[in-house]
Amino acid sequence: MTFIEYKSLTPAQRVTYKVKEFFSLLPGRCKGFFSAIGKFFVNLFKSFGAGLKGYGARFGAGDMSTKLSYLIMGFGNFTRGQVGKGLAFLAAEVLYILYMANFGLVYLDKFDTLGLVAKREIILPNGRKSVEFVDNSMLILLYGTMSILLTIVFIAVYVANTKAAYEAEQTQKAGKKNLTLKQELADFLDGKYHITLLATPVILISVFTILPLVFMIMIAFTNYDQNHVPPGNLFTWVGLQTFRDVFKVSEGASKGYTFIQLTKWTIVWAIFATFSNYILGMVLALMINKKSIKFKALWRTLFVITIAVPQFVSLLLMQQILQDDGVMNVILGYLGIAPISFFNSTALVARVTVIVVNMWVGVPYTILQTSGILMNIPEDLYESARIDGATPVVQFFQITLPYMLFVTTPYLIQTFVGNINNFNVIYLLTAGGPKKDLSLYQAGQTDLLVTWLFNLTMNSNDYNTAAAVGILVFIVCATLSLITFNLSKSSRNEEEFS
Amino acid sequence: MIKSYKLQRTIADVVIYVILAVLGIIWVSPLVWLFLHSFRAEGGVTVPYVFPKQFTLENYSKLFTDTDVFDYPRWFLNTFVVAVFSCIISTLSVLMVSYTFSRLRFKSRKMFINIGMILGMFPGFMTMIALYYLLKAMNLTQTLPALVICYSAGSGLGFAISKGFFDTIPRALDEAATIDGATRNQIFWKIILPISKPILVYTVLTAFIGPWCDFILVRIIMGDKRENYTVAMGLQKMVDREYKQNYFKQFLSGSVVVAIPITILFLKMQNYYVEGVTAGGVKG
Repeated sequence: MTFIEYKSLTPAQRVTYKVKEFFSLLPGRCKGFFSAIGKFFVNLFKSFGAGLKGYGARFGAGDMSTKLSYLIMGFGNFTRGQVGKGLAFLAAEVLYILYMANFGLVYLDKFDTLGLVAKREIILPNGRKSVEFVDNSMLILLYGTMSILLTIVFIAVYVANTKAAYEAEQTQKAGKKNLTLKQELADFLDGKYHITLLATPVILISVFTILPLVFMIMIAFTNYDQNHVPPGNLFTWVGLQTFRDVFKVSEGASKGYTFIQLTKWTIVWAIFATFSNYILGMVLALMINKKSIKFKALWRTLFVITIAVPQFVSLLLMQQILQDDGVMNVILGYLGIAPISFFNSTALVARVTVIVVNMWVGVPYTILQTSGILMNIPEDLYESARIDGATPVVQFFQITLPYMLFVTTPYLIQTFVGNINNFNVIYLLTAGGPKKDLSLYQAGQTDLLVTWLFNLTMNSNDYNTAAAVGILVFIVCATLSLITFNLSKSSRNEEEFS
Repeated sequence: MIKSYKLQRTIADVVIYVILAVLGIIWVSPLVWLFLHSFRAEGGVTVPYVFPKQFTLENYSKLFTDTDVFDYPRWFLNTFVVAVFSCIISTLSVLMVSYTFSRLRFKSRKMFINIGMILGMFPGFMTMIALYYLLKAMNLTQTLPALVICYSAGSGLGFAISKGFFDTIPRALDEAATIDGATRNQIFWKIILPISKPILVYTVLTAFIGPWCDFILVRIIMGDKRENYTVAMGLQKMVDREYKQNYFKQFLSGSVVVAIPITILFLKMQNYYVEGVTAGGVKG
């Protein structure tokens, strides 16, 4: 369809066209997304293969001391005047071997079964019987994962060691002098500065984010639920059974039914929470920034002050205000309206309440973040619209909204994903309630998938289901982000907004 | 014709003033309610009227003196210490990571950025349990350093906004400095950081406020060790069913005490915040 044809459509037809276009492009984008993931792994293996190839080639080409550093790390550097570097490699090797011998191997050994003997009876020195816990599946899994990750790191260091030895040999053969430790350290402040800067954050993230994450992903493939809590009980690998349970609908309070219900509500919530904040925030920002309006700072402060108050305070406060005997119902009483039970009557009332309260929390953020962009909309667009006799409402829908959508798509997606994971609002306001639908498993009618995940871990110890739900939420969020990320990237190439 | 146009505009402005005033009142009134009722002398949890009848400072004095059940001053100190340390670590990590990704070019840069983005998309709660056992293995559970670790260890992943900011600084600056013989280390500390005040303030601010607002990790890490609670956790405990009747007014005054410094901080830094977010967050 050409631009002229598009312009000659009625607004309704334009919307259908846009929607159609979006969905017809969707498969392509999804394909692009998955092929990108595929490419990522292919590249990973390719670089892995290349590393391995270089590893073999260097062994063939190197001299005796280079060959020896394949066994004793750092040997090649050591004999060629790089004592400090050689010692560092050697220390890495010794530490790794010590770790594996004393600690890692014990757990790696049981990693395939996650332990066979949960507990056994022992007789204490005083003659009494007691129970001793033997294998703790959870610790085996945790430390096993840790050992595997450490081994991967060690292999990387090991390959780097062979490379360093070979390079040192080549430099020496070429008649040049190898860098001293001091020179090499100095390079870490310039040429290799990225390593210096990234080292600490990467280590911290690996230990406290990646390791726990890998551990939890593995949990999703075990039967670590309330019947298999160590110590005292063992859990083991069950493959995809957990995922099957999450999708299976059965009689009574089943996980499958709960998952479907909560997914529906999570999507509805995310859509309403995102767009209600976005539109209202933008309208308010426009009003505040209108040229003829005075006291701009005052208006802005009035709204922005709610951001400044810590969110848990404002949410707990709202929760108290909206109690059955709270001040909101007192005010309603003055107005002659019967008191409303905001959180405990029906699902609908509670859901509307959380969406409205979320507006109170979220609109100020939109005001703050869109004010700057609104100022940048070319003024002549409005001028020509005014000359054509467009009313402010028409101007909003024809100029402001399209422009803002165009510029802030990444922000909007971020908010949408943020709302799917919006734990605080639900947890502090309703804690999931009302809990009248008894066929929901460990959840209430305003629970989102994330708060369900939280309940599953904290209240019912269904760690495997929680992990599986977490993975599913991740897949949804990641797909959404990446698809729209591509979308905004392609739209970024369009130089102008028309 | 012109007159009616002017009239129309005045009417529009008046309508806008009315809307802004009404909405402004709606937005602020819960906070006003919080402030007023934190001085309320009578009643327990709720009273059947909007404005308190008698005002007193007792709620505040009790908060700081009656420390047997709820040791508010201690919690305040805990939170402050944790916030300072995690703020330092987080700010450094975020700036280091975002500077690296924005200004330095190295082989696996793209891969690191992608991994960072992907890690950020997992729901944070997934890692809680594993994190707990990890800290337990390090013998750190129920201590404040554990909280500092939790709040700051993963902070490097939040590089997106400040990377966006660094991207807007012209590369010519770096090049000129390199020609003058500056190392990348010097460029980072002496050239880029001094002109990055908005994003620096934004990062410090968000990192500092974080620990004041979290109540999930504290609950998991501290368990029943009350003297190591933070303010958020403690205040939440005050409105638990068993304590609410006696401590609700202290909860209100406690909230005011936390909210005031953070509000002042925030309002002072508001402009930096806006600048940081709009420069780094949104790109057309």
